[in-house]
Amino acid sequence: MSRAEATTDSVTTEPTGGAVRAPRPLWTFGLLRSELLTTFRRWRTLALLAVLAAVPILVGIAVKIETSDGSSVGGGGPDGGGGGPAFISQITNNGLFLVFTALAATLPFFLPMAIGVVAGDAIAGEANAGTLRYLLVAPAGRTRLLLTKYATVLAFCLVGTLTVAVSALTVGAVLFPLGDLTTISGTQISFADGLGRALLIALVVAASLVGIAALGLFVSTLTSSGIAAMATTVGLLITVQILDQIPQLHAIQPYFFSHYWLSFADLMREPIYWDDLVKNLGLQGLYAAVFGSAAWARFTAKDITA
Amino acid sequence: MAPYESDESTTAEEADDLRAGRRKAARYVVPAAVVGVAAATIGLVPALADSGDPNLPKISAQQLIDKIAKSDVQQMSGTVKISTDLGLPDLGGLESSLMSGATKSGDGSSADPTSKLTELATGTHTLRVASDGPDRQKVSLLENAAEYSLIHNGKDVWGYDSQSNEVYHSTAADSADAHKKQDVPATPKDFTEDALKSVDDTTSVSVQGTAQVAGRDAYRLVVKPKQSGSTVGQITVSVDAKTGMPLKFTLTPSSGGAAVIDAGFTKVSFARPSASTFDFTPPKGAKVTEDGKSEHGRSEHGFKGGDRAPRSGKDLAKGTEGAKGADGMKVLGKGWNSIATFDTGGQGMPSGSAAGGKFGGILNSLGDKVSGTFGSGTIFKTRLINALITDDGKVYVGAVNKDALVKAADAGK
Repeated sequence: MSRAEATTDSVTTEPTGGAVRAPRPLWTFGLLRSELLTTFRRWRTLALLAVLAAVPILVGIAVKIETSDGSSVGGGGPDGGGGGPAFISQITNNGLFLVFTALAATLPFFLPMAIGVVAGDAIAGEANAGTLRYLLVAPAGRTRLLLTKYATVLAFCLVGTLTVAVSALTVGAVLFPLGDLTTISGTQISFADGLGRALLIALVVAASLVGIAALGLFVSTLTSSGIAAMATTVGLLITVQILDQIPQLHAIQPYFFSHYWLSFADLMREPIYWDDLVKNLGLQGLYAAVFGSAAWARFTAKDITA
Repeated sequence: MAPYESDESTTAEEADDLRAGRRKAARYVVPAAVVGVAAATIGLVPALADSGDPNLPKISAQQLIDKIAKSDVQQMSGTVKISTDLGLPDLGGLESSLMSGATKSGDGSSADPTSKLTELATGTHTLRVASDGPDRQKVSLLENAAEYSLIHNGKDVWGYDSQSNEVYHSTAADSADAHKKQDVPATPKDFTEDALKSVDDTTSVSVQGTAQVAGRDAYRLVVKPKQSGSTVGQITVSVDAKTGMPLKFTLTPSSGGAAVIDAGFTKVSFARPSASTFDFTPPKGAKVTEDGKSEHGRSEHGFKGGDRAPRSGKDLAKGTEGAKGADGMKVLGKGWNSIATFDTGGQGMPSGSAAGGKFGGILNSLGDKVSGTFGSGTIFKTRLINALITDDGKVYVGAVNKDALVKAADAGK
């Protein structure tokens, strides 16, 4: 907190015009940096990242063992290869597909759950630990603090997704051959192009989590119990995932934040099929706007008692 | 320094408290406004984007049909959305096994075009089509995180199922006819050509206004059966005003309700697709099913079967092609009211579903019992095709209503 104190001093020595003192722009980055450090130094965060990194390792080893006798994944047959996450039948031919499979396997639950934990903890966790009021003592303003918290959660979305992707790429390179790959449209692209698409897919997956991050942050402003906020966010996630499977609800399903999540696979078509991807990103932006502003409305008007 | 908002509320008096509370509540206007704006955008933008029907020079129905016939679009690519609602229950795998059984080619490879294209018979699907001259075409069926592609490039026909990583290969070198058959099945163009083949004195054809399809100006051609008794209400075809290519095909049943077949481009481009679109080499480790020369006949049959499945409705309406398809099948009547009839040899069940013994029991419970001078039988209804199976094993099938089937059976007695 030495930096924060220094900034506070410098601000208070300036003559102040109104009730709100204008903090220096750099202060935001200082706050963001300290938030990032706090978040990524937590054991909880590291454990979540370790779980995310373990998923591709498990998938890779399982596929390796299953196909070690030369059989194909899923056992073939008339409807063969229908089971398992997307792209799993391709892994043995090209390790790069493990990246796509791992992201498809973690996106429905592991990744959003990790985001839910971090986002739910963002405000409510501070309130729970009694540190929220100290954060607000610094002349950052509540809006700025909220934005910093949201930026931290988004950074975790990106780091979490990249953890899965990098772990999957490493495992894929170790266990399986690499090389030119075939898109799901049947055309061939070079390995470099494939790597580019893998990076693009990782970014799209990270962007797909923007919606639940905003939702988690809003929930986090509602309560002063970190556990309650995390449980609510993850509970909402599971509820929405279940509702998305009920065919009778097809009229409202396009508005669920998770509805277009798996559209990232459209990036593996040739040419890329943008319709669902655009819908997904638009929907995430909408969720971020609605729940972000709701979180702002709640947080800036709330009595902070802890 | 305490946060300024709580400062205010703790030091304020009663009246200020109330005002502060109101100001707090006012903040929630922001998220509400965002929701409102989003809802308005979702609701209004499609309505505003619909800039009304384009103004096009008048054209007669005959001129328009000629335009379609003359249309020779060699290079195009686009996205087609096709919805079929035959009123069948969604049978999923059971149905596809039944259908591939009926076309006698369910040999196991999931990359076999027959088994894949019959999936189009129910539900809504998105297809991508690309074409560059008579030798190179590609059709892709977009699935969840997977795709089924049928690629025709020169001599080779490849089917690739990315979900199971299986490849189907056949060479279609010798018959130009086969090429025609494979030419982009299930596009609005195919449907239209079939529909226009049946234009005769039992049909009324007219041009009714214009429409915008996939961002292009189009004429609307309406084809209607003149006779009563057909289950086909009307067929609407939107024809691109510039190229004469049909862009959208809609078949509505006479009973009303949603369209039975609705196939239309959502995006279309007449630029030349990139050559790499049609290149295909089987990926490493893919299981390749070769369709050898000896089996060539079967392959063609497969294509036709797959081709026909989604439009079986009209085939039967026309009667003629259906009659070619099965031995011992006769066609009664003409035009839209033609009814195909065949004898199953006293089984009392259609031969097509002989493959599905598991299906027989369910079938009986789905039908309605009818009787007439022909004896008695069971009627199976869908929104387009009705079938009468008499107790002595005769089958009458057509895109006609129940009364017409009974009349045909009476006459056949």
